[in-house]
Amino acid sequence: MRVNRLAVAAVAILTTALSAACSGGTEEPSSEAASQSAAPAGPVKLTYWTWVPNMDKIVTVWNQAHPDIQVTVSKQAGGDDAAAKFLTAAKAGNPPDLVQAEYQMLPSFVAADAVADLKAETAQAKAEFGEGIWGLVTLGTDAVYAVPQDSGPMMLYYRKDLFEKYGIEVPKTWDEYAEAARAVHKKDPKVFLGTFSSKDPGWFAGLSQQAGAQWWSISGDAWKVAVNDEATTKVASYWGGLVKEGVIDGMPYFTPEWNKALNDGKLLTWPSAVWGPGVLSSNAPKAKGKWAIAPLPQWSASDNYSGFWGGSSTAVAAKSPNKAAAAQFATWLNTDPQALDLLIKEGAVYPASAKGAALMTEAPDFFSNQPDFWQQAAAIGATARGFTFGPNVNVTYNAYRDAFDKAVAAKSDFAAAVAAMQDTTVADMQKSGFSLAQ
Amino acid sequence: MAATALPRTRGHARRAPRRPLGIVPTGVLVLGAIYTLFPVSWVVVAATKSKAELFSTSTFAPGTGLLSNLTDLFAYRDGVFWLWLLNTLLYAGGGAVLSTAVSTVSGYALATYDFPGRNLIFNILIGGILVPSVVLAIPQYLLFSKAGLADTYWSVLLPQILHPYSIYLARIYARAAIPGSLLEAGRLDGASEWRLFRQVALPMMTPGMVTIFLFQFVAIWNNFLLPFIMLGDDHRFPLTVGLYTLLAAGANQPSLYNLIITGTLLSLIPLIALFLTMQRYWRTDLSGGAVKS
Repeated sequence: MRVNRLAVAAVAILTTALSAACSGGTEEPSSEAASQSAAPAGPVKLTYWTWVPNMDKIVTVWNQAHPDIQVTVSKQAGGDDAAAKFLTAAKAGNPPDLVQAEYQMLPSFVAADAVADLKAETAQAKAEFGEGIWGLVTLGTDAVYAVPQDSGPMMLYYRKDLFEKYGIEVPKTWDEYAEAARAVHKKDPKVFLGTFSSKDPGWFAGLSQQAGAQWWSISGDAWKVAVNDEATTKVASYWGGLVKEGVIDGMPYFTPEWNKALNDGKLLTWPSAVWGPGVLSSNAPKAKGKWAIAPLPQWSASDNYSGFWGGSSTAVAAKSPNKAAAAQFATWLNTDPQALDLLIKEGAVYPASAKGAALMTEAPDFFSNQPDFWQQAAAIGATARGFTFGPNVNVTYNAYRDAFDKAVAAKSDFAAAVAAMQDTTVADMQKSGFSLAQ
Repeated sequence: MAATALPRTRGHARRAPRRPLGIVPTGVLVLGAIYTLFPVSWVVVAATKSKAELFSTSTFAPGTGLLSNLTDLFAYRDGVFWLWLLNTLLYAGGGAVLSTAVSTVSGYALATYDFPGRNLIFNILIGGILVPSVVLAIPQYLLFSKAGLADTYWSVLLPQILHPYSIYLARIYARAAIPGSLLEAGRLDGASEWRLFRQVALPMMTPGMVTIFLFQFVAIWNNFLLPFIMLGDDHRFPLTVGLYTLLAAGANQPSLYNLIITGTLLSLIPLIALFLTMQRYWRTDLSGGAVKS
């Protein structure tokens, strides 16, 4: 019934996104009118799909303070499935009013016209967020498609005790990291400095961001796709070389095998994001107090950059009858000091807002040996580079898994895997009717 | 499971003369049992392991965390596990009962009455067996959304009531178990069609109905995609979808493996209990036929 939907959506995103100054104005009155017409009939009722732990407790605080806007939380499974489910619900015409949207999925929501432009409602909230984060919800346009919630600046987690045992220094550049990988593996062939995960495209995207990659950008009225740009190819070839040499392992993250290696001290580093402590404390509890953090190794000694892995925002469904109320809640949730405090304590979230990040003072229990954990994290977060995600990130990410699965198994050329990602992404966007700039 | 019910009568005939060959099928069955029970035994052992033991101790070494896992699971989000369990019982129990009723009536009608279009209906049903229900989930969701029924208990119950394979099974069973002569005799004695169905056919179809009930119960109990797509409100989730929210807790939250494994173990218990109690219906009714021909 909607064969041309994607093509239409493609046009729609570009027209609304690029000329948002005018289209944002036309959207605005209708949502206000809707919320006003709903208001007399008792409190506005909003549903909210999220997977942040204990969000119901945070929402209870809002509900008590705002009897006229009552929010109901429905806890969902997170990740790609949540995005697919929201898109299906939006298509069927009964989406929740509010939805947790991972930054890389937001463009696909925008392309499907599933989320509303919150430019007017978030005019004040904008100042609370850093530019890199804000770019993730505007997609580099004038519109605002969500309020940022949490972010995942990347850093290097390393086993301090084992670094001392094997006599290696914390690597400052990726060259030093490669040297350390060789040194460690030489001393104990069962131990690896790190592993290249073919299952975590978000991780690879973060490392590529650090190197300066820009996989998608909007140029005029068309998308520009450069998954195989110079920076990304450099990152891929670097890891490919180490995997081929056999000094970096090829096991994926978040698997039982990986958990075991972490527990047994067979993996010494993990280039990961600020939310790493939660994962480590749950999957490798034995190593408590033995890990430390440092900035990611740099591509040249004079650089100081990081990238983002993960993080999500709160978006408002385009079909919600109470967009203004929903935007009000989304803004409160992600900028109000009380809400931020709850997000940190109850939701184990690393807030995207600068005010929220400043609230993080006590180091995570797992890192009790590093009392300045959050200060370091904030300093690293400030160096994270901006990035624009495209409308078909899921296709690109699946292509990553396919291509790198094979490349890791065969220890073949990683640059070719990046080229495969580019080809798949471009082919899918052409098929979906997006116009592409050369 | 239905297969275990049927060969039983044949087993008697074969036992005496073909003793040496008997080892082969037994061996195959033992292999099959190991193949299916191995993962279950892993779940049993893994459920006893604490968070720290789960990925560090050897696979089949029992852990010490069963009680704390259970307490954590029951405390998770104020005991939402029980709500999910009740929902699952409602979907599986209610869905299986309704589905058995519909299948029995349709199967009986298709088997015993000759009416125009009977073969057409039956062929369409057979075609329906070939369409995996997974394929239908999204179209069903869109339809239910139009009817305003998405995200309700009905959205999960209704699609599972009509199950072509169960109707097919009921028809085959009715045909084999209910002799036409018996119905004829009843008609001559002046019984109404409804009474024939209720008092003659239904008791004879019981083993078939039990099979259909069990099939559907297990299928709905384990169904993931349909409730996953249909339901938005996590208070209506069945166990499968509920436990999945613990697994896919988002990129920056650790998966709660302990609770998932313990929850999985607990969700197996009602199924096992059901099979153990329902098993005897197969035996009694298969051996006690109404007509000896």
